[in-house]
Amino acid sequence: MTCAEVSTLLEAYVDGELDFRSNLDVEAHLAECAGCGNQVRERMELRDLIVEAGAEAGLYFPAPREVRQHVRQSLPGRPWPRALWLAPVAAMLVLAAVLIPRLGAPAMEEEVVSGHVRSLMPEHLLDVPSSDTHTVKPWFNGRLDFSPPVKDLKAAGFPLAGGRLDYLGDRRVAALVYQRHRHVINVFVWPSSRGDGGVEKGTHKGYNVLHWAHGGFEYWAVSDLNQGELGEFARLLRE
Amino acid sequence: MRFEQEILPHLDAAHNLARWLTGNDADAADVVQEAAMRALSFFDGFRGGDARAWLLRIVRNTCYTWLRQNRAEKMTPLDEARHDPGERTANPEQNAIARADRKTLQEAIEELPVEFREALVLREIEGLAYKEIAHVTGVPMGTVMSRLARARNLLRERLVPPEAAS
Repeated sequence: MTCAEVSTLLEAYVDGELDFRSNLDVEAHLAECAGCGNQVRERMELRDLIVEAGAEAGLYFPAPREVRQHVRQSLPGRPWPRALWLAPVAAMLVLAAVLIPRLGAPAMEEEVVSGHVRSLMPEHLLDVPSSDTHTVKPWFNGRLDFSPPVKDLKAAGFPLAGGRLDYLGDRRVAALVYQRHRHVINVFVWPSSRGDGGVEKGTHKGYNVLHWAHGGFEYWAVSDLNQGELGEFARLLRE
Repeated sequence: MRFEQEILPHLDAAHNLARWLTGNDADAADVVQEAAMRALSFFDGFRGGDARAWLLRIVRNTCYTWLRQNRAEKMTPLDEARHDPGERTANPEQNAIARADRKTLQEAIEELPVEFREALVLREIEGLAYKEIAHVTGVPMGTVMSRLARARNLLRERLVPPEAAS
């Protein structure tokens, strides 16, 4: 590739939007061309600064509670004025507090499996395709209000493929994608106040699901990989 | 209800985009409310897939309608070529960018033409892929890429004082 050809692809390269083949071509050129290398570095630095400064400076404007309430209230089936619907909501909260420890897990199991299946649809798997933990971890800055632990398990035969933002249980979570031969493993991570505990195993729609808490984070690992190897993967992550 | 499960988790994304496009909280809240009602009425036509991009497209169109009605002067059609500051060579500008504080950064983004601003916000702050941005903004992926390139060049120009760039 010539510098002119590469320059048209740089923006997409920095954004991780090139297909595998073009990505390799650009990287081969960058290995030999300092000029284009500088351009890439400059672009990456600007991008990281916006993303990081954005996170620190609070340039993300989530919906305030009143907006959320307004929208909910105008949905069909919720025609009650505020004071009236607070009572059943309060009752539900009490019920939820009682029931969630038991009901929470299966519902979440279903959600993580849906998240896994969704991720396998074309072009949904990765927002940041990289096997480098130092690329994947900072990518979440500014996209999440926490920094997920990202572990390199390549030596153990579980190479990192990248990461993605996902939504589970009404919140943004980190999805880390690992591989085992041809199998994809999605690991969903978010902060949790649960203490460290053992691994709970389950299956849903033919997928194996492991769930544990460790170091202040909740983990859900989903894959079509067999329980044995998935269990080994979970053990390595918890080490 | 399926609408609640699919769409409400993306209300933060909707509000963030509306806030950046309208420039203030009160208008963003109105736009989000209206967009949510539109989304509800169109929801039968939603065939599954990327709910966030689907909702953001509605929010974006609602914003544009609102901007046209309320801020006619801000909606002059974009001359894509005019804003191209051209290639810049590498120089010690990074430190100047790194020193930019929240207010400067926010103002610099707010001053971008709306088409560039939405591409930048959707990419850097919302973390959408080109394909999703193309869907939300209704332009081809090549245009998304060139708008992002120009948004970033303009931003760099704004954030780097002239003496640092020389």
